Amino acid sequence: MASNPLHLGVALDGAGWHPAAWREPNSRPAELFSPGYWTDLVATAQRGLLDFVSIEDSLTLPGVPHAPSDDAVDRVRARIDANLIAARVAPVTRHIGLIPTVTATHTEPFHVSTAIGTLDYTSGGRAGWQVRVSGTAEEAAHFGRRALHDLTPAEIAAAVASGTFPDQVHELFDEAADAVEVVRRLWDSWEDDAEIRDVSTRRFIDREKLHYVDFESRFFSVRGPSITPRPPQGQPVVTALAHAPLIYEFAARGAELVFVTPGRATGPRAIVDEVAAAAARVGRTGEPLRVYADLVVFLDTEEATGPTRLARLNELAGAEFTSDAAIFAGSADELADLLAAWSADGIDGFRLRPGVAVDDLAAIADRLVPALQGRGVFRTGYPEGPLRALLGLPSDVPNRYATA
Amino acid sequence: MSTPRKQVILGAYLGGVNHHTAWWHPEAGSQIDFSSFEHTARTAERGRFDFFFLAEGLILRERAGRVFDQDIIGRPDTFTVLAAIAAVTEHLGLAGTINATFNEPYELARRFASLDHLSGGRAAWNVVTSFDAFTGQNFRRGGFLDPADRYVRAEETLNAVRALWDSWDAEDVVADKESGRFLARPDAGAFAFHGSQFDISGRFTVPRSPQGRPVVLQAGVSPQGRAFAAANADAIFSPYGKLPEAADFYRDIKARAVAAGRAAGDIKILPSASFVLGDTEADAIEKYHAIRNEQVTGQTALILLEQIWNRDLSGYDPEGPVPDIDPDPDAAPIIQGRAFLHQDRFATVKRLREVAESKKLTLREVVIDQFERGPLIGTPAQVAEQIDSFVQNDGSDGFIVGSHLVPSGLDEFVDQVVPLLQDRGALRTEYTGTTLRDNLGLPNVRSATAVSNAKGL
Repeated sequence: MASNPLHLGVALDGAGWHPAAWREPNSRPAELFSPGYWTDLVATAQRGLLDFVSIEDSLTLPGVPHAPSDDAVDRVRARIDANLIAARVAPVTRHIGLIPTVTATHTEPFHVSTAIGTLDYTSGGRAGWQVRVSGTAEEAAHFGRRALHDLTPAEIAAAVASGTFPDQVHELFDEAADAVEVVRRLWDSWEDDAEIRDVSTRRFIDREKLHYVDFESRFFSVRGPSITPRPPQGQPVVTALAHAPLIYEFAARGAELVFVTPGRATGPRAIVDEVAAAAARVGRTGEPLRVYADLVVFLDTEEATGPTRLARLNELAGAEFTSDAAIFAGSADELADLLAAWSADGIDGFRLRPGVAVDDLAAIADRLVPALQGRGVFRTGYPEGPLRALLGLPSDVPNRYATA
Repeated sequence: MSTPRKQVILGAYLGGVNHHTAWWHPEAGSQIDFSSFEHTARTAERGRFDFFFLAEGLILRERAGRVFDQDIIGRPDTFTVLAAIAAVTEHLGLAGTINATFNEPYELARRFASLDHLSGGRAAWNVVTSFDAFTGQNFRRGGFLDPADRYVRAEETLNAVRALWDSWDAEDVVADKESGRFLARPDAGAFAFHGSQFDISGRFTVPRSPQGRPVVLQAGVSPQGRAFAAANADAIFSPYGKLPEAADFYRDIKARAVAAGRAAGDIKILPSASFVLGDTEADAIEKYHAIRNEQVTGQTALILLEQIWNRDLSGYDPEGPVPDIDPDPDAAPIIQGRAFLHQDRFATVKRLREVAESKKLTLREVVIDQFERGPLIGTPAQVAEQIDSFVQNDGSDGFIVGSHLVPSGLDEFVDQVVPLLQDRGALRTEYTGTTLRDNLGLPNVRSATAVSNAKGL
């Protein structure tokens, strides 16, 4: 295998990323909330030896991003909790990483820390966290603890064009950065050898190895220590999706992995540079932030080519499919070429968003992965070890509180 | 034709983070590795238990500002472990304590409804409220809740969560590929709840779950707590493990439920109990005393009394008399992060002194004698008889049992006591229901519309 093997994960979202995905013959729309559907999907991803699955979530109905819930009845307008899907899948999988999306905005950092930490225990060191910010007025109204106003389409367009976001957005990402910091401190608040079980002195714990995290910011304060011992990985893998320098900075402050969305025409070089610049601005040291490219994929199957499938889906939806990420429709070999080219342009790994979950995930496992293996750039079996090791991250993470 | 025998409801708890859990025992396992939870849950399901129960931790306990070091500590996130147990069991109910003070209704409703989906209808929520500023230090709002408002908080949380669960009806997801219609109505999941604790509205993301409303458990002894539970809970934890006070409690709760417009069978009453089995009664009693002697060290005895006295008692000899000074209820709490169950310190102290006097017990012996409620002790046949006759005499509708030994302690109960309960016709030999509600004999609330109509809402 090549010295820099390719890293490959998938992002799972309901029936798939195309709004008409649920209507495809193999899709199982009535089972989207059942455990069997999710265990089957993750088993397929594990069959393909993928690094991880991430699981999308939001505190609103899935639909048009950044838009209020509407009255559409022709799309999948429901979802269940991603962390619990990952927890349900963990005991019946063995190797693949499990990265649920959990919002940092309205939630308690303490609960998030124990939830992801516990997922790391139930999965034997395979947990990650995709941090999400919930910035809509609708989500705020679900909690009733603060008022947020929705950005207008014009404000969003102006922000994307200028790179300057309204104060509310800065606040949300500053708060999320604090949440990540608290979660990480809580994971470290028990040293690995804190539990001593010393029968002779009748001491279960060496309390010198438990630590108050004493975090205080303008958003919240958390004292600690955690109630949950340090997770098996020490620090589960923190990830975030980002589309702009402000969010690259957020990722560079606290994440191991950032998901980015290069365009097909421009390629990833400019974004890779922007991420590096953002990391330098926030003074990131140590392990470099890994940059993973997101792509929505419609692959050739037995039954139809990727472009034919995409055209049929668009017809069902009554609209051309658009996405924040580049859209790929074609053969596994063509996609393998694209991934190789983007790897050469500085991308550390890829997260594919299956256009139709059942069909495109199977095509990734059964067509794309063999194509990559044939090129000698992808593993042919799972090594033993935690998700961090699978991703090429240091698996022996120093504890910030350890003195010895 | 005789009426069918009243069925014993069984729950299984995993040893908690307290002196009961014998971490020093050679067979003791991890309190945090998933294998311990998996083993206990699989054992409970093998014994045809109704549910597995997991308590919650929000902060580590402290004495005089330092974390306890002699008891087992370290807990997982309740939801995450219950969802994982759903993967390794098929029928067992999955019950967890989740605090209504440091969680918001939208998330609570979402996570329990998700757990219900992912387990095929087996989720149960033990609603509790905390109000101490000590616990609040780990959360955004700190110790915001006035103790006087805790039942208001609990009731509004429960009502808000049920409004969210009921915002979807069983038929709302059509998912008809042919017509392209996913939702039956455009406003599925629309909700609004306004109260003194919450002012929330919007769209709930989780379609109606297999149970419609996950099972709600509650603990309440005060008149306010009893009224709340009788009106709102599907099951209540009873603190009474002995007749006749247990039967008084049972009658009172059922009467309150009926007064609240419910059927007596719509609320189940469940005490928790540890158990010790022996080949003979004498053997079991001897084992019980040996376990208690190990659980209650001198230091543990002092700490348990410090919580009642609210004073530093470290200068007292555990093998000497009960302290002769009075409790100090007004001082800053010496023990923090542990539920305080003794309502009246002076009355408790008086009782402990009287017991020590009449039985000629030392400080430590009084704690051993008095700090355990209604354990089940005896041969397997005797314990089966104790459980069955307690239930048949309306002391309760069942028991939540747990062992001092994690995770293997439940095995002997399931191997030795369960078959005898089954022989008596008091416990199922196979699961018959699909959901936890079915197995507990609770009303079906699969349809939100039917629930609203029945209540005349």
